Amino acid sequence: MDFWHFMVTHRQEILGLTIEHVTLVGIAILLAVLIGIPLGILITRRPQLSRPVLGVANVIQTIPGLALFGFLLPVYWIGARGGRLAILALILYSLLPLIRNTYAGIRGVDPAVVEAGRAMGLTDRQLLWQVELPLASGVIVAGVRIATVVSIGLATIAAAIGAGGLGELIFRGLSMVNDSVILAGAVPAAALALSADMALGALERRLGTLRTRS
Amino acid sequence: MTNPANDEPAISFDHATFRLNGRALVDDLTLSVKRGETLVLLGRSGSGKTTSLKLINRLLVPSAGDVQVNGRATTAWDPIQLRRGIGYVIQDGGLFPHFSVAKNIGLVPQIEGWPANKIQARTQELLALVGLSSDLLDRYPQQLSGGQRQRVGVARALAADPPILLLDEPFGALDPITRSEIQKEFRDLQQRMKKAVIFVTHDLREALLLADRIALMENGRLIVDLPVDDFPHSREPLVRAYLEAFSGAEAR
Repeated sequence: MDFWHFMVTHRQEILGLTIEHVTLVGIAILLAVLIGIPLGILITRRPQLSRPVLGVANVIQTIPGLALFGFLLPVYWIGARGGRLAILALILYSLLPLIRNTYAGIRGVDPAVVEAGRAMGLTDRQLLWQVELPLASGVIVAGVRIATVVSIGLATIAAAIGAGGLGELIFRGLSMVNDSVILAGAVPAAALALSADMALGALERRLGTLRTRS
Repeated sequence: MTNPANDEPAISFDHATFRLNGRALVDDLTLSVKRGETLVLLGRSGSGKTTSLKLINRLLVPSAGDVQVNGRATTAWDPIQLRRGIGYVIQDGGLFPHFSVAKNIGLVPQIEGWPANKIQARTQELLALVGLSSDLLDRYPQQLSGGQRQRVGVARALAADPPILLLDEPFGALDPITRSEIQKEFRDLQQRMKKAVIFVTHDLREALLLADRIALMENGRLIVDLPVDDFPHSREPLVRAYLEAFSGAEAR
């Protein structure tokens, strides 16, 4: 069967799986941002926590994807549904770039500017929201971008544990030894990753100009 | 912050020492500045001038002794309240690169909850005060010249009309002509303001131009503290060395 022919005849299914894929990644990134960015901020305030927090996130990153899915399978409630499990795994993988970039972004703000803010009587919260986060935003978005692109790729493997998404076509094609079916999963997944990369890259550059206006 | 009576010092160091890793960066400093008076802290790099300034707005806390602002130890102040009453200007302004000139100047009034029209009027007024055109309000710091940035830095420090002004080598990075202009403007400004001003510099000419009193520091210690007119007549060897270094530079 020819690739284009398969794409056209199965367009409804492919569209459904793409939506499923985007939903998995979208939920995971949203939750990872809500956990990772505050953790990144926390370790700029409590430097003694930076080593353990970054260390743990680093170790998680080194676990091979398929093995992580396997480890999480017996976990109560999480293991019961492939989707839940996939989202948790994607969150865990996304934490390192988010925490690290938030930390590095805030630490990279010109110390003279931070000191000027403190000397003007800004509270720690005002300093964070008005000065540090805006100036670190380009670097933080770069972390979101890395996490998103990696998650889109990784989510294809989650089909192995029944999470759905475009990986289903890849695994089906593998078992059928049919390249067209594999490509029908792989090409849309790659297109998703590229568009996310470009969109977040554009945002990152826009925010980055804030910094270079110094 | 309430203004103290005119004769009561706005700022006073009482045997203040600041140690870092066992080394005294400021060593047993006793010094005071009254309202309406400009004290220049003169000394070379590493003499403890900047550290002394940071002890006033509690960016640093003395290891021993006391630093008082309006008769109250800095450690007894709420640091945020203390700092809102002290303008602080650093080299190259320390402006927020992501804020326009207007937002940089208006930040403290804004977080103090001033109404928008009052902030706007104050911003315009300050810009005129430091000799800048209101065309610059929407510019970003990067789009300004060094002299303009420094003027904005002074305007920002004055925004909420603090009774105390601290300046840390504010004009050090400027070219000689701009520098000389801005020094003269600052001297005029300061005579109208009636604030307690501490100005840090390593430039004797600047010190002689702007000071009511000059305090010379070396290795964290106060060497002399003299009215500006008496300073050139001091027999203190370090003062002589300064005067010679600068007269030599002028003769060439």
